[in-house]
Amino acid sequence: MFRRMILKTTLAAAFVTGALVATAASAQDVIKLGSIAPKTGPLAGGAVVTQWPNVELWVAQVNARGGLNVAGKKMPIELIQYDDKTNPGEHIKLAQRLAEQDKVDFVVAPYGTGFNIASAPIYGRYGYPMIAVSAITDKAPELTERYPNLFFTLGTTTAFVEGVLEILIEQREAGAIGNEVAMVNVADAFGIELADRAREMFTEAGFELVYDKSYPLGTPDLSPVMKGAKASGAKAFVAWSYPPDSFGLAEQAIIEDLDVALYYSAVATSFPAFSGAYGNKINNVLGAGGTNVDDPKVAEYRKAHLEITGKTADYWASANTYASLQILEQSIEGAGSIDRDVVTQYIKDNSFETVMGTLSFENNISNTFWSVGQWQDGVFRGVKGSNVDGAVSVRVKSGWSE
Amino acid sequence: MDIIVSGLLLSGTYALVAMGLNLQYGVARIMNLANGELLVLGALASFWLYTTSQISPLFTVLLVAPIAFVGNWLIYRFLLIPLVRRSKTQGHLEVDSILATFGMSFILIGLMVSIEGGFFVYKYLSIPISILGSTTSLSRLVAFIIAALIGSMLYLWLNHTRSGVAVRAVSVSTEASGLVGINVPRVSALAFALGGAITAVGGALISTFITLDASIGVVFTLKALIIVIMGGVGDIRGAIVAAIILGVVETTVATLIDPGLTLAAAYFIFLIILLFRPQGLFGRRQL
Repeated sequence: MFRRMILKTTLAAAFVTGALVATAASAQDVIKLGSIAPKTGPLAGGAVVTQWPNVELWVAQVNARGGLNVAGKKMPIELIQYDDKTNPGEHIKLAQRLAEQDKVDFVVAPYGTGFNIASAPIYGRYGYPMIAVSAITDKAPELTERYPNLFFTLGTTTAFVEGVLEILIEQREAGAIGNEVAMVNVADAFGIELADRAREMFTEAGFELVYDKSYPLGTPDLSPVMKGAKASGAKAFVAWSYPPDSFGLAEQAIIEDLDVALYYSAVATSFPAFSGAYGNKINNVLGAGGTNVDDPKVAEYRKAHLEITGKTADYWASANTYASLQILEQSIEGAGSIDRDVVTQYIKDNSFETVMGTLSFENNISNTFWSVGQWQDGVFRGVKGSNVDGAVSVRVKSGWSE
Repeated sequence: MDIIVSGLLLSGTYALVAMGLNLQYGVARIMNLANGELLVLGALASFWLYTTSQISPLFTVLLVAPIAFVGNWLIYRFLLIPLVRRSKTQGHLEVDSILATFGMSFILIGLMVSIEGGFFVYKYLSIPISILGSTTSLSRLVAFIIAALIGSMLYLWLNHTRSGVAVRAVSVSTEASGLVGINVPRVSALAFALGGAITAVGGALISTFITLDASIGVVFTLKALIIVIMGGVGDIRGAIVAAIILGVVETTVATLIDPGLTLAAAYFIFLIILLFRPQGLFGRRQL
């Protein structure tokens, strides 16, 4: 622990020195990029997996190339980063500071649906193009109309529920599950919105929710929830869950030996730590997101991610986060300008070659994303998505043994 | 039966969370807001040693206890003693210690984030076992047993030994116990250090079945605070009884009514107790 701390301190010192050197250079020679996301607080555990390493990776790669090519001039990137402590008020204060004091040229969109919605007005006021990744909502069209600088890339609530519903219907036809579904959700904006939509859509498709409960974020003991789901006898289990509970639910499912053919939990199921902790026990568990690991672009990205940040990328929004930065890169270079309005317009009008394939925006919303993935023999593969290649077929879960 | 077994096991967890704070607040009179962070630090040690060198969390507990004891003793000796000296009333000390330990909690969070910013995910003893027909994991049972051991040892020590009586005397009145020849600063330092050690041990054990991260400490500080105040400040029986009530009630509500109402139920009981017994279940009325 101590050695690692020394290493971190040295790195931090090197980073600070680097930042000082960068500041010393003339202001017009660098592009200032602001990034605010949680490093502490309830969402930090997710942000340090999905958000921060990709910012670090992209900045390192661009600067290794000498910077972005803006109309023939190489401009390296100077990263200014703040911790919003998972507090929207703090985030907005810091966003103002980025714009007024640090005078950054561009920003990385925040982490979390609520944060993207809460900060859209302030980033919008300063005209920053904001390519949101970790934000899933059905209000996307409404929001992009109100904030023309805001872009969405990870899909909508309905699309996520649809992905799960398609699997439920397929497996009902195949006879693996019946009409009964057990559903739980975390009592938080994200979980409630998904559960509400799912309740409607599942019922419409003829499914019966035999267990349908919510639990507060950070519940220390999820065993009553899992015991209830088990007692309901449903062969399909769906949890609209957040990171700490996605782990807790899986653990309880293993302990209770939950007898289901389909097991789905939402955020963090695609984290490498998920399979790291449970190994083969969670084989065939479904989760939000997915990637096409067979795509050479994705493989190359995952390799660079591990080499530069020392961390394994998750199998979902990591790649999307990196793709959003690639879009920023290509639009600045394509527009040949660091004028924010010009760059925003360029994002609207063009398509981009990214790790997620070719992305383009229709009314500021990209319709290329994965919605459901599945752990299959140690790899989380995409099984459902919109405009994505390489979806594999869903497998049925049988038992929780190694 | 499920409710009783799960409820009791959950109360073991809560007791681990609260017993340390009870000693620190009840005896040393330090309202330690960094209590939760200390718990997470214990959890981090256990996670880190297990994932890097496969050291069993049960062994880590033996390591963590003395380190946390010495660490907390030093904190009390060098950071908190000046506050104790200059404060004229207990209220004054409470305000000062809240501010000081609040600051300390940020330092601890910062340190932990720099070591591991993500979730402390690992599995240890997560083997299903059956108690009276109800399934649970071995890790929860182990934590419960250790909580029961620590609780009963504390109780025996406080009530049946000379040094324990001194600790209780300080918890009743610092002035009076000073007058009868008790070395109050030493006893307070001992209680603070012991409380810290128990909290850190609790963290190491809890991390085997709850996924924690560097910033989750405040959740545990709040739970501990509720339990300590419900049980009566400075009374170890109170903390244990309050932990059992909270654990059983939360599980009952989650099973019979709705898991979404567990927090509401916990705070409802807290309110009821504050209304009818503001000094806590086993607390003494302030004279």
